[in-house]
Amino acid sequence: MADVNRGNRPLSPHLQIYRPQMTSMSSIMVRITGIACLVLSVIVVAWLLAASTSEAAFDAWNGLLRSWFGKLVMFGATWAVFYHMLGRLRHVIWDFGYALDVETSEKMGMGMFIGATVLAVVAVLVV
Amino acid sequence: MAYLTDRKRAQGTGSGRQGTMHHWQMLVSSILLVVLVPLFVLTFGIGLGGTYEETLAYFSRPFPAIVTALCLIVGILHFKREAEEAIEDYMHGVAERLTFIAVGALAYTLIAVALFALIKIAL
Repeated sequence: MADVNRGNRPLSPHLQIYRPQMTSMSSIMVRITGIACLVLSVIVVAWLLAASTSEAAFDAWNGLLRSWFGKLVMFGATWAVFYHMLGRLRHVIWDFGYALDVETSEKMGMGMFIGATVLAVVAVLVV
Repeated sequence: MAYLTDRKRAQGTGSGRQGTMHHWQMLVSSILLVVLVPLFVLTFGIGLGGTYEETLAYFSRPFPAIVTALCLIVGILHFKREAEEAIEDYMHGVAERLTFIAVGALAYTLIAVALFALIKIAL
């Protein structure tokens, strides 16, 4: 018990030679969208700061956000935040001990991609 | 050596050099996000797209202001932990420590600026 085997353990394959799978790709995307959301929140906070500063500052930032490129970024951000939310929900389900088998995990991964896309499109249509 | 317990052996050896607090916090904020993300997308989405006067009027109302503040605080702290997890996994040594601190600085600055802006608009 006390003397742990330190050298001769099975190691997981390195990321670069690992065959992409539904479970691994959907999990990596959760991390990427999470970090992306931190960066993208700068745009939202800057927009609020511009609105609180002056009309000129607001018009400049707002114009940028409402250009076709700004709208594209905002749609991407909406998709990313919904995807991350669903991906984290999958972690919560796993943490409570449910749906840990590969087949269900793959289904949930597919559900995250589809769900995020549906939610983002619905958000655009509603708003 | 023989008197070391398994717990003592495990303490401080993870990539984050800490215990399960981070994992528990992620579980909590992950559940909170399921409510807050749709709420934020709708509230902020409706606020986006008006004129300067409309925007100020919208965000001075209690509901949009409180929802925006709440979602930004919980969300940014969650994304901060998400980024820290990646840093602990892929970076090491001085670079790891400095990037970790930089992410914290960015996150807390964003929250402070967001709250200042919202309070200034509301008052």
